[in-house]
Amino acid sequence: MSSNGLDSRVPSGPIAEKWTRHKFDMKLVNPANKRKYTIICVGTGLAGASASASLSELGYKVKTFCIQDSPRRAHSIAAQGGINAAKNYQNDGDSVYRLFYDTVKGGDFRAREANVYRLAELSVNIIDQCVAQGVPFAREYGGLLDNRSFGGAQVSRTFYARGQTGQQLLLGAYSALMKEVAKKGVELYTRREMLDIIVIDGKARGIVVRNLITGKLESHVGDAVILATGGYGNVFYLSTNAKACNVTAAWRAHKKGAYFANPCYTQIHPTCIPVHGDYQSKLTLMSESLRNDGRIWVPKKQGDTRSPDQIPDAERDYYLERKYPSFGNLAPRDISSRSAKEQCDAGRGVGSTGQAVYLDFRDAINRLGKDVIEARYGNLFQMYDRIVDNDPYKVPMMIYPAVHYTMGGLWVDYNLMSNLPGLHVLGEANFSDHGANRLGASALMQGLADGYFVIPYTIGHYLASNKFEPIGADHAECKNAEAEAKKRIDTLLSIKGKRTVDDFHRELGLLCWDKCGMGRNKAGLEEALQKIPAIREEFWSNVTVVGSGEELNQSLERAGRVADFLEFGELMVRDALHREESCGGHFREEHQTEDGEAKRDDANFCYAGAWEFSGIGSTPNLHKEQLEFNEVHLATRSYK
Amino acid sequence: MSRKINLTLKVWRQKNASSSGRFETYEAKGIDTDASFLEMLDVVNEQLEKRGVEPIAFDHDCREGICGMCGAVVNGMAHGPEKETTLCQLHMRKFKDGDTITIEPWRANGFPIVRDLVCDRSAFDRIISAGGFIGVRTGQAPEAHSVPVGKDKADWAMDAAECIGCGACVAACPNASAMLFVSAKVTHLNVLPQGQPEKNKRVLGMVSQMDAEGFGNCSNHYECEAACPKGISVKNIAKMNRDYLAAAIKA
Repeated sequence: MSSNGLDSRVPSGPIAEKWTRHKFDMKLVNPANKRKYTIICVGTGLAGASASASLSELGYKVKTFCIQDSPRRAHSIAAQGGINAAKNYQNDGDSVYRLFYDTVKGGDFRAREANVYRLAELSVNIIDQCVAQGVPFAREYGGLLDNRSFGGAQVSRTFYARGQTGQQLLLGAYSALMKEVAKKGVELYTRREMLDIIVIDGKARGIVVRNLITGKLESHVGDAVILATGGYGNVFYLSTNAKACNVTAAWRAHKKGAYFANPCYTQIHPTCIPVHGDYQSKLTLMSESLRNDGRIWVPKKQGDTRSPDQIPDAERDYYLERKYPSFGNLAPRDISSRSAKEQCDAGRGVGSTGQAVYLDFRDAINRLGKDVIEARYGNLFQMYDRIVDNDPYKVPMMIYPAVHYTMGGLWVDYNLMSNLPGLHVLGEANFSDHGANRLGASALMQGLADGYFVIPYTIGHYLASNKFEPIGADHAECKNAEAEAKKRIDTLLSIKGKRTVDDFHRELGLLCWDKCGMGRNKAGLEEALQKIPAIREEFWSNVTVVGSGEELNQSLERAGRVADFLEFGELMVRDALHREESCGGHFREEHQTEDGEAKRDDANFCYAGAWEFSGIGSTPNLHKEQLEFNEVHLATRSYK
Repeated sequence: MSRKINLTLKVWRQKNASSSGRFETYEAKGIDTDASFLEMLDVVNEQLEKRGVEPIAFDHDCREGICGMCGAVVNGMAHGPEKETTLCQLHMRKFKDGDTITIEPWRANGFPIVRDLVCDRSAFDRIISAGGFIGVRTGQAPEAHSVPVGKDKADWAMDAAECIGCGACVAACPNASAMLFVSAKVTHLNVLPQGQPEKNKRVLGMVSQMDAEGFGNCSNHYECEAACPKGISVKNIAKMNRDYLAAAIKA
């Protein structure tokens, strides 16, 4: 399975037995020896919190870091809709194999089969674990768990807690983490931002963080490092990500040798509140679960300015139902997003900007009653009303796609370890499970599978297979990394230019959205590849960051992150330019079928593209991991 | 429809935990009424930065009302005047052209001020560590359907679990009491069958930590419920008091 030195370490044997066999084959760390190992975990979202808690329960010493004031605030908390699991509680034909199949197909055949199978297999344990922790999932009157449907699936396998599933799952993982903090198994460091990885003798042995309150740089060392630092969606400036989400931890690891895989696979979520002004700081998602009952449409006539209730059914185009009759409004995210763009590009978009489509609950309210709709989506309707000042019970919602999730990330093998030994990457920060498009309700599943059920096994194997020289935080590599970080901070503070950090971020974001967003083409990508280095250059000579580095300085924090986005953005565009095919969220306009669907090129691009850093502004080296599909045979995706 | 309005802001500025603070006045001109309160602060901050003035520090993250990171006392009200709304979801259309807006951090002994509008709420994490969990290890869980949970109990647990841990309840309380937060956390787990084995230990541990953190007592003003952006009910406080009494008798 290796190519150009990239060994995915997928175990041999039938797909359904790989993980079981691998768990037996891996080396173990004796219970009494576990406390001799220190594991550093960065990030406290679903993946980081669940990993930290589970590793501490096993007896390892864990040091856990987060950027927020409390680990409970990581952006997993904002996930609304739900978490998939192949429990088949609905008796509708679900199985581990079907979840695996749907996920591989949904990812447009660009994920690693063995990882996806393991994910589907572990999904059932996650629900058990969460229920035991007290996660208050929605239940039926008989006291058993309820399910709803999500895009890309024809079974009901999504577990949910009202519209706040991510919040409840994270509070579960956070409570497990705080239980371990109380037992002193986990040392918790809040308001710390990771600025570098410490590599000693070719192994990741620690991190440099900045204490965001005092500005002090600290080195923390251990025997292995886990990054669970989320995705890079904020490279687009406007996204549904939280404001603090950034690529810095992953990017600094990349600069220390970790390969970055498939950065061009970005997910544009179809149902978000449209952009309305240049002061706007973020976009708000309206859960995909709304597509269970809402119908998406645009007026058939271009430039139709009638209010929606004045447009009779015969003059509406329910385009998803028309184009994809078997999945209808529950078509996968990439397809739904592109269809919305297509309608708006053709002049049928609605609202003041023409960059929106309707998501209409009229028929569901007539059929089920307002009470039922309110019980299902009340908090989402309320949120919409607050932001847009329009009552969706009366007037259809207006929605438009927005950047939401990033499938690309640091390359990892089957053990979730990057090519840099000792550096493990979990959740959205890695690249492995969703291919070129993630299905709804699968991000929560992956974060928790990685943290609760994969890393506790695989990290033990790594620790038991290697020898570790004792090191302290005063090691020369720590001092070097701290000095580098300090130099960068001092430079940012010394420029004293004329443009704010956000101003640069907006410029980069808009460029990435225009040229590397829902539709991409060669000319546009080449233009972006020219422009990003120019923006970066201006940033380093004309940015203004007021204040000092020895205090809480939020502009300085943002400056460091935007500086990294300005380097990362170039890689994302380069990856999109190199991938001369369309797959999932990566839609190259040159590569489409006659009816505008994504056209893959399996002969030439059936691989994960992992980039090796070779200097800022220098062309990175591409390593390919060839993807093999032995179970789900390569086929053109069809949701018709 | 969106309009532009001009506002005068009186903002609490404080360099760090040990320095004393003061109100500074800033003009916020041409603010779009569709902008959120935090987006208005962003606009003001960018103008300050261009003038070389240190921007107003404020905590925020998700900006969709769920992470619980943001919060300030606006015109004397925690999270501002809108019912059940976090500061990030408060929109400028709720203000009038020419308004003066006073913006202060949470003020409570349990939440020391870090800088400007940012305060330290780590006391909440320590209260969770004192019992706000079910002591189940990863891998120990039985099949999810082995213990049915009545819908009424599941719904009550969820009502309590919606708390976002922002601390507005403490900021709104004349005694700076944390009873609404703590009771929501206790209730979430204490009403579920899975939470029963540690029910007594949980309530005793969390209340004891709450007292140690310097939060005040509850004297039934119910300001907490009025300020809570998630509408957490004071009936959780009553439930916690009952649980506490029952646990204390057995202890």
